[in-house]
Amino acid sequence: MNASASLPASAPAARRGGGFGAVLPWLLLALLAAFPLIAPHFELEYYVGFVRRLLIVMIAATSLNFILGYGGMVALGHAGFLGVGAYTVVALVDAGFSSAWLAWGAALVVTAAFATLIGAVSLRTRGVYFIMITLAFAQMLYYLGVSLRTYGGDDGYGIYTPLSLGGWLDAQPNAFYWAVLALAALIFALGSRLAVSRFGLALMGIRDNETRMAALGFPVFRLRLVAFAGAGAVAGLAGALLASHNGFVSPSMMHWTESAILIVMVVIGGMGNRWGGVIGVGLWLTLEEVLKMYTEYWHWPLGLLLIAIVFFAPRGLAALFGSKGERA
Amino acid sequence: MDAIFIIEQLLNGLGYGFMLFLLAAGLTLVFGIMDTMNLAHGSLFMAGAYIAARVHESSGSFAGAVLIAILATVLIAAVIEILIIRRLYSRDHLAQVLATFGIILLADDAVKAIWGPSPIMAPTPPALAGPVQLLDALPYPSYRLLMIAAGLLVAIGLYLLVNHTRVGMLVRAGASNRAMAEFMGVRVGRVFSFVFALGAALAALAGALMGPISAVQIGMGEAILIPALVVIVIGGIGSVRGAFVAALIVGLVDTAGRAFLPPLLRAVLPPSLAADLGPAMAGIAMYVLMAVILTLKPAGLFPARA
Repeated sequence: MNASASLPASAPAARRGGGFGAVLPWLLLALLAAFPLIAPHFELEYYVGFVRRLLIVMIAATSLNFILGYGGMVALGHAGFLGVGAYTVVALVDAGFSSAWLAWGAALVVTAAFATLIGAVSLRTRGVYFIMITLAFAQMLYYLGVSLRTYGGDDGYGIYTPLSLGGWLDAQPNAFYWAVLALAALIFALGSRLAVSRFGLALMGIRDNETRMAALGFPVFRLRLVAFAGAGAVAGLAGALLASHNGFVSPSMMHWTESAILIVMVVIGGMGNRWGGVIGVGLWLTLEEVLKMYTEYWHWPLGLLLIAIVFFAPRGLAALFGSKGERA
Repeated sequence: MDAIFIIEQLLNGLGYGFMLFLLAAGLTLVFGIMDTMNLAHGSLFMAGAYIAARVHESSGSFAGAVLIAILATVLIAAVIEILIIRRLYSRDHLAQVLATFGIILLADDAVKAIWGPSPIMAPTPPALAGPVQLLDALPYPSYRLLMIAAGLLVAIGLYLLVNHTRVGMLVRAGASNRAMAEFMGVRVGRVFSFVFALGAALAALAGALMGPISAVQIGMGEAILIPALVVIVIGGIGSVRGAFVAALIVGLVDTAGRAFLPPLLRAVLPPSLAADLGPAMAGIAMYVLMAVILTLKPAGLFPARA
């Protein structure tokens, strides 16, 4: 029953050895920021949209990694929060609002409220029961989405006019891409900072030995709840961005297999490693995209990869790259 | 809503409950004895449904098709157990979830490659196509009665097997305390292989029986897996008796919710609101049930580990 016992014991990523490891995030950020400008020269315009989707899913995966990797909470309902965020956008668009910032901010707040309520109930359980109860809540949200006929029910809801970023930004075709990139970078930085903060360390302590942390006087339940609600809110933001990205929202984005795939991506990348979400999402979605180009049977190679990772790289790919700075 | 409609729906719920039990029994034993979470159980259900539908169509014998589906699925399960599941016992739940999710991806593509991407029709055996007059005003499809009868037979069989045979004693010993059973000389690994094969057989039987009344399609395993997991959590992981009681409760609650809630809501709420709320409340009924039961009894109704 203890899913947490064998989680990798990652140490603070704090005092990293400088050098390449320190500039890597900035290098990556610069590359990604320049991508939409370079892409047309290589006829890669299509991939600007693809990278935008990668970045959005990375936000979701990074938030899941925070509670899964650092907090040891195997939440099998994260896609439900993406759905809450997406439907918040739908509700605002349907009511006539068109500001992207308002919609995304509202998604953050609404999802935080949902995640706090769900977390308050779920976090009283442990192990498999926690997995099952988070799954159950996500299923409830799924059926709620199906029943919202005002917003298309099963068939989903199309957002036909893009949300407005405001002012001169709307004239700039890549503004949405850069907004997503900025948010993704912000979430990544926030995740990395939090992981080495007092809060993050306490969370890891709880993951490794809850009883001891409680005895030391840490408010175990409250810390976990804050982490769970925060991660849920960020997932809601990712859901809102995904709604803007696709221009379409349907309950299928809350299906339990979506939650499972989010976990899959985090574990492939490396739980409790700040690069975990980035690497996992990058690898999984790129493979999916490439395989889909060549064959309609693109599930089984991913299945094989997953089984191979479980047996040969249980700590995820980030650990394979010998990132000494990431763990002690 | 008259009495006939209510009885009919309750019988439907009973049939669904028995099918859930067939799935949950294997799942709960695998979970209970080896502490192994097997998401691929739904894929075995799908394999049973596909094989039975195809064999039935080409041979014309329903009973033969069910038998072949069970045998073939047990064979598939044995291969999966030897190649993958066996190596997962000592791992944590997360690794088990991931690896068996990988099996789901493999299984879905395999089915697509063999039988094509579109759903296939599973014919109802002609002998059971007509209704049976249960009461004067209550005709009931005989095929659904067969499902109930089959579920009941398996339940009785499992009860006898688990509670009144030597193998069953070993199974129970493994479920209640695996380490102790091992110290006492029980070869738990062997018991587990037996239980895994038995679970696969029951999943295949459920798939074969469910085929004619539902769509045989890719993804059917993932769809029924979640209710089956809800059943074993409500019943108490590792307890066959718990799975039986919980399966019937979930089957009845789910079916009754879908049948009775919309008309009941229409009676008290404005029609548009009722039309929105009805399906949602019916869909989430079993999850609410699970949340409530876990709050009151955190280890389920019949905890196997005392």
